[in-house]
Amino acid sequence: MLQPHVLLRDRDVPNIRDLEVYEAHGGYAALRKALTEMTPDEVINVVKASGLRGRGGAGFPTGVKWGFVPKDVFPKYVVVNSDESEPGTFKDRQLLEGNPHQVIEGTILTAYAVQAERAYIYCRGEFYQPAQVLQRAVDQAYAAGYLGRHILGTDFSLELVVHLGAGAYICGEETALLNSLEGKLGQPRLRPPFPASVGLYGKPTVINNVETLANVPPIIFNGADWYRQMGTEKSPGPKIVCLSGRVNRPGNYEIELGKVTFRRLIYELGGGVPGGRAVKAILPAGASAPLLPATEEVLDTPLDYESVQQAGSMLGSASVIVLDETVDIVWAAHRMTAFFEHESCGKCTPCREGTYWMLRLYEKIAAGTATRREIEILEDVARQIQGKTFCLLGEFATSPVLSSFKHWREEYEAKVKAGR
Amino acid sequence: MIRDKYAREIETILARYPDRQSAILPLLYLVQKEHGYCTEEGIREVADLLDLDPTTVKSIVGFYTLLYERPVGKYVVQICNDLPCALRGADDLVEHACRRLGIRPGETTSDGLFTLETVKCIAACHRAPVAQINLEYHENLTPEAFDALIERLRTEGMPSADGRIPGVVGLEPELSEEEGRGATG
Repeated sequence: MLQPHVLLRDRDVPNIRDLEVYEAHGGYAALRKALTEMTPDEVINVVKASGLRGRGGAGFPTGVKWGFVPKDVFPKYVVVNSDESEPGTFKDRQLLEGNPHQVIEGTILTAYAVQAERAYIYCRGEFYQPAQVLQRAVDQAYAAGYLGRHILGTDFSLELVVHLGAGAYICGEETALLNSLEGKLGQPRLRPPFPASVGLYGKPTVINNVETLANVPPIIFNGADWYRQMGTEKSPGPKIVCLSGRVNRPGNYEIELGKVTFRRLIYELGGGVPGGRAVKAILPAGASAPLLPATEEVLDTPLDYESVQQAGSMLGSASVIVLDETVDIVWAAHRMTAFFEHESCGKCTPCREGTYWMLRLYEKIAAGTATRREIEILEDVARQIQGKTFCLLGEFATSPVLSSFKHWREEYEAKVKAGR
Repeated sequence: MIRDKYAREIETILARYPDRQSAILPLLYLVQKEHGYCTEEGIREVADLLDLDPTTVKSIVGFYTLLYERPVGKYVVQICNDLPCALRGADDLVEHACRRLGIRPGETTSDGLFTLETVKCIAACHRAPVAQINLEYHENLTPEAFDALIERLRTEGMPSADGRIPGVVGLEPELSEEEGRGATG
């Protein structure tokens, strides 16, 4: 575990959510450095050189994303994605409640880098309480001159608004979030064009996850070389891992990418499994990436984007849900399918109809009335959805189904109605 | 009418966005604060304020979990029963809540105090089981703690909610020093 923390600094410094405490611990020094000593392009280049990758799940290189913003189109916007809704994910919430100024400073630095004058922090509606803490920090930042007109006496100005959604997982998808922020239905847009060229109100927009932007102040203050000392070459930096499910110590753990295995995460940091039971399966990225059987090889897989992909899944947001030997895999896949069915936005047929039918079939299985043929249909529906959806929600909805069939088919077969 | 009671707030909200349609969610939250849910009248008023079709506004209400199209109880009790919470006893808590309140998920008690809902992940998996009541977190919620909470709401209400508009921030000075404590850790 990283000590001192780079992101979860509330663990080391009590009350770092207060401006005075944040400033006493180096707060807003990165902003001062950028505004007085660096050009916007220099800020982009440092973030590019750091190798920072998006922490919302996609892992796209952040500096590269910023570089896509056209220089000569105005106005530009920065949007912070705080819609955190993936099951098993609670890292952004802790950043908002525990270290909001670092999120704010990261947002201001981003806006400076791409020359945006307005920024919105879009929080899911259920984050009303964390948003109150965040708003207090925003108010403090305005009062101290870190936001508003002529920040720190420079030509750079920024207005920052905290905006709450109203309960929709799909609004964590970038373009659906932008539609929701525009006051429309939170349904995704066709890409290309991408938000960097056509985003909020049709203007160039940088949209990044909360945790991603929280990395920016330390990167600017300490430099790209410092950042690259942590993690691996392809996955540099710190990552907050959310551990939940059947472990003794669920919670957020800030680690160096590539330096901690699932085994160490679960048994050392997480205190092992209640009752000393064996781990049966691991979900590394909430409900959205394939279930991994807890083989020795999987347990010894380090948590970084490349290694988890090689193991047959994805690191995504690093929302690690642990299933022990007593967990019925079909039940778990059913619960995750219910999630996707509820959250499907309805825009495209394969996802809207497909998640509905997968859920109906799981309900038949749970009721003990499913035939062998119906179980085959369940797997077939998932295959038919793959590659055909308008956005990744539909694609990811097939993941619990297909990965559970792949590794635990016998559990499905055991549920076939006797004699059929 | 929200435009009479919340004129100042509406003006503040509209000034935050270059395009006023963006104000649709905060204005619907105002309607909900005032009327308890998104009434037909409230929807028409928001449509009028934003120069939109009432059907467009109603489609927004239907899309989002936290906006209600029908009356709900004074306290909306939302218990997460998504996978990580279910792995830590959420299903048992839901059953307990149903017995305690005498209703099924989706229903409201006859005295109009409580609506019970099951919801998807609310980012508190490390402190499951968990509920939100009018968007306030109540974590590590054992059946005993749930019972005590319900009793407290019945007898003392929810003073922390006074004067606040769930769903909208930045309209008044936010938390005091004391209220700001108790972050996720």
